[in-house]
Amino acid sequence: MMEAPSGVPGRSAATATPLLTLQELTKTFGGLTAVDAVSFAVEEGSVIGLIGPNGAGKTTVFNLITGNYRPDRGRIEFAGTSLAGLRTHRIIALGIARTFQNIRLFQRLTVLENVLAGCHYQMRGGILAAMLRLPFQRREENDAMGRALKELEFVGLRQQALTLAKNLAYGDQRRLEIARALATRPRLLVLDEPAGGMNEQETEALIGLIARIRERGITILLIEHDMRLVMRACEKLVVLENGGKIAEGSPEQVRRDPKVIEAYLGTEDEA
Amino acid sequence: MKHGKPFAVVMFAVLLVAAPLFLNAYQVDVLNSIGLYGLLALGLNLILGEAGLFNMGHAAFYAVGAYTAAILNTRYQIPILWTLPLSGLTAGLFALAVARPVVHLRGDYLLIVTIGVGEIVRIALVNDIFGMTGGANGIFGISRPQLFGIVIRRPQEFFYLIWGCVALTIFLFLRLKQSRFGRALNYLREDEVAAEGSGINTAYYKLAAFGLGAAWAGMAGTLFAAKMTIISPESFNFWESVVLFMIVILGGAGNIVGVLLAAFLVIGLPELFREFASARMLVFGLVMVVMMVFRPQGLLPAGGGRFSPVTLARGRG
Repeated sequence: MMEAPSGVPGRSAATATPLLTLQELTKTFGGLTAVDAVSFAVEEGSVIGLIGPNGAGKTTVFNLITGNYRPDRGRIEFAGTSLAGLRTHRIIALGIARTFQNIRLFQRLTVLENVLAGCHYQMRGGILAAMLRLPFQRREENDAMGRALKELEFVGLRQQALTLAKNLAYGDQRRLEIARALATRPRLLVLDEPAGGMNEQETEALIGLIARIRERGITILLIEHDMRLVMRACEKLVVLENGGKIAEGSPEQVRRDPKVIEAYLGTEDEA
Repeated sequence: MKHGKPFAVVMFAVLLVAAPLFLNAYQVDVLNSIGLYGLLALGLNLILGEAGLFNMGHAAFYAVGAYTAAILNTRYQIPILWTLPLSGLTAGLFALAVARPVVHLRGDYLLIVTIGVGEIVRIALVNDIFGMTGGANGIFGISRPQLFGIVIRRPQEFFYLIWGCVALTIFLFLRLKQSRFGRALNYLREDEVAAEGSGINTAYYKLAAFGLGAAWAGMAGTLFAAKMTIISPESFNFWESVVLFMIVILGGAGNIVGVLLAAFLVIGLPELFREFASARMLVFGLVMVVMMVFRPQGLLPAGGGRFSPVTLARGRG
């Protein structure tokens, strides 16, 4: 239903207010400023990459967006709503879903149960409804299972629905996390190193998966070190170093930016 | 339980229903104790087994339920079984009140706080709190329960009351396990951050687990008060909490059948070896040590089995 802006930077930004806006976002841990006055916007329907050397503060930005940390200063606005002070599960219900850098699945539960977690907040049956098996409760349980299976089909894990999450191959665990995130019906999907630990074929498949998620009208913000993936999947990149934003633009622009080159390769006199 | 689970479970259930016909009063009374501990352990299993919250003060909720029932019965002449819902509610609310400020604590910290709560409740009862608990002597003269015009007094009669409650509990808790609520508790146990990050209100579910588990302990307390007709603080000491904790861990946290099996072993076996009086706790301790070394996940570990290929088909469409 939503037409993806095909790699034309600025187009969607000109037409509508961005889906997600970060303004002067700052977070310190003790004496360390992990995120330093970072501002950028994520236009609806786009795929945006957040890159930078290790320790640049990328994951901290994600944790600020999803409410795992509270910012010391700055604002985060999602679809016109301020996320200030909201607990994580409320932010998820607003339409932001995420995956984790160091895979966080429910290890001893089945693949299907993992995905059903994403359906949770859209259901309402409580203790009594479950004990009495009220008609609405049965219906919503069946609906949720149907949707969970569809998401598993979408990421290609339908056959493993009854496998325990811990028994999945590494790449499959990453895809399961994506399926669980998709089950929350997000408008914005935040992926933290989705290709981490994947081999070449798995990364290739992931690029395809990201394209298909985007076709569903879901906006994607991702952290990634795999530059092939970033260059091919993203239309805009935001570069962080030491907590601060040093560049923003199309992959082409960013690749040629001297500051970015310096951040990644170091300056000559340093060596 | 349903899908091709061992024939043994059904056989065992049949055997149990017929047990009072061929066992003597003492043996039936042991079964009644096992049933009560089974009820308590199933409640604790929600908190400790399903949600992974370390609670070593479960006896406190048991006590609150038992005393609520006893006070209502002896002071206000409310029939003891009628107090069941109220005891459950009181214990549940009490649990919510004490858990609210501490439930965010992790693992061992929560364990220590719940031990403290258990002791505070016991000492409060000894000190005759509100002038209603009768101090160290407790409360006596609790009337016999009556069900459908039959006064329940013999162990055989209590057997059917208690084990009827156990059966109902199993039925309800299995349904709960198969639901959004039951799954939410498991998400909490497996990874709290991921649960919250999947849209689950973890703070709410932690409290709900405590509230529901405690409500069950409260109702078990009513049955206990009805069975004993006398209750005193010593019935709810720290050791009771430890035994319940042990039953859940030994049985396999999160597994209903495992927890009941462990209740049989932990409560039943020491009775079986009564002749060895002084040595039985030694043997018992040894068994526990061996168990923890060779099978730390419990007799029947939880995990998987919530959905079968049959139930998967229902989700289509």
